[in-house]
Amino acid sequence: MASKTSDILNKRKKLVLETWINNQLQDPTLREDLMTNQELHGQSEELLDSFNQAIRSGNYTDIDSQEYYPVLDILNSLSVTRAHAGFSPRETATFVLSLKRAIVEVLQQELAQDQALLISEILKISDLLDSLSISTLEAFIKGREEVILRQTNEINEISTPVIRVWEGILALPIIGTLDSERTQIIMENLLQEIVNTSSNIAILDISGVPTVDTLVAQHLIKTVSAARLMGAECIISGIRPEIAQTIVHLGIDLLGVQTKASLAAALQTAFSRQQLSVVKAKAKP
Amino acid sequence: MDRIPILKFGHFLLVTIQVDMYDRLALNLENDLVNAVSKHEARGVLIDISAVSIVDSFMGRIIGNIATMSRIMDAETVVVGMQPAVAITLVELGLPLAGVHTALNVEKGMALLQEKIGLNAHSDAARAEEDDDDQPE
Repeated sequence: MASKTSDILNKRKKLVLETWINNQLQDPTLREDLMTNQELHGQSEELLDSFNQAIRSGNYTDIDSQEYYPVLDILNSLSVTRAHAGFSPRETATFVLSLKRAIVEVLQQELAQDQALLISEILKISDLLDSLSISTLEAFIKGREEVILRQTNEINEISTPVIRVWEGILALPIIGTLDSERTQIIMENLLQEIVNTSSNIAILDISGVPTVDTLVAQHLIKTVSAARLMGAECIISGIRPEIAQTIVHLGIDLLGVQTKASLAAALQTAFSRQQLSVVKAKAKP
Repeated sequence: MDRIPILKFGHFLLVTIQVDMYDRLALNLENDLVNAVSKHEARGVLIDISAVSIVDSFMGRIIGNIATMSRIMDAETVVVGMQPAVAITLVELGLPLAGVHTALNVEKGMALLQEKIGLNAHSDAARAEEDDDDQPE
C-alpha cells in the first residue's frame, strides 16, 4: 500500500517528468541564462529516478535513512553548483517544490476514484518533499558560505602588500576598513618586511580607508607602535580632509604619530630623513 | 645565581640577552645595569634582545624601567633587534615602550647612540637638523 505512489510514479514517470519540467519552465524566475534546457532535463530526470527508488521502500518520513542517500547527494551537489553559479535561493527551492505539484497532478488523475487514498498519499509526498527542499536550501546556503569565506580569504591576502619604494623606505597602502584581523595581518607583514629589508621608515597610506573611527585609529596606532619597537619610524599619509575632521571630532590623539596629507609629502619626508634628495637631471646640451 | 653579562664598550654598555628571560633574571639585570651605569659613568646603553622570543607584561615593564632609570642617570638606552612577534605582543599588552629608543639591529643601534651622545656632547648644528628617530613622548 505504502508504495502506491511509487507504482504510479513508475508507470507515469514520463508524464510526471514532463509536467515537472513544464512547471519549472513556466516559473518566471527560471534563469535560462545560467542553465540550458538540456541540463535542466538531465538534472530533473536524475533526481526523479533516485526519488522513485527511495520511495519504493515505503519510507516517506525519515530522509536521513539509507534509501535517501542518493537523493540527498544529488540535491546537495546540485545546490552547491547552483550557489556557485549565482542562482538565488528561490530558484533553487523552486526546483524541488515544483516537483510536488507535478506529482500531485498525476496522482489526482490516477486516484480520482479513491479520494481518501489520494489525500493521504498527497500529504505524505508533500511532507517528504518539504523536508527534501529544506535540506536543499541548507546545502545551498552552505555553498554560498563557502564562496563568501573564500572571497574573504582572498581579500585578506591581496589587500596588504608591503612595497619597498626605496632603500630603507617601505610603503603600505591600506585599502578598505581596518578590523582587528586585518590589522594583525598588516602588522605581521610590515614587521617581517622591516626585518627583511632592514628599513628605517614605513609609510602607511590610508587614502583607501573609507572611514577612520576610534577603533581604526587604535589599530593604526598599534601598528605604528609595533613598527617603532622594531626601530622603524612610521609616517601616516593620505589623510583626507573629512578624515582629519573625524579624527579631531572623535578626540583621537594622533600627536605621537607623524602625519602627512599625501603619499608624495610622506615620501619627501622619508627621503630627507634618509639624507636623500631628488633633483632634476640637467638638460642635455 | 644566573646573571646576564654587561659589557663595557667605550662610553657605552652592551647587554646581549641570549636566553629567554624569567622574572628573577630580569630583576637582576635591572639591578646590575643601573649599578654598572653608575660605576662606569656610561653615556649609552644598548640592549640586544634579538634572541628573546617570548615576552610577558613583566618583561616589558622591566625593559621600560631600565630605559627610564638609565635616562635619569643621563645614559641613553636603545633596544635593538626586537622580533616582530615580540613587538606585536608588547603592543597588544599595551606596552609600546614610549621613551625607549629602538633600532633594527646592533649596528643601527650603535649609530643611533653615537648620534645621540654626539648631539648631547657638542650640539653640532649641522647634525641637529637631521635629528633622526627623535620620537615624541
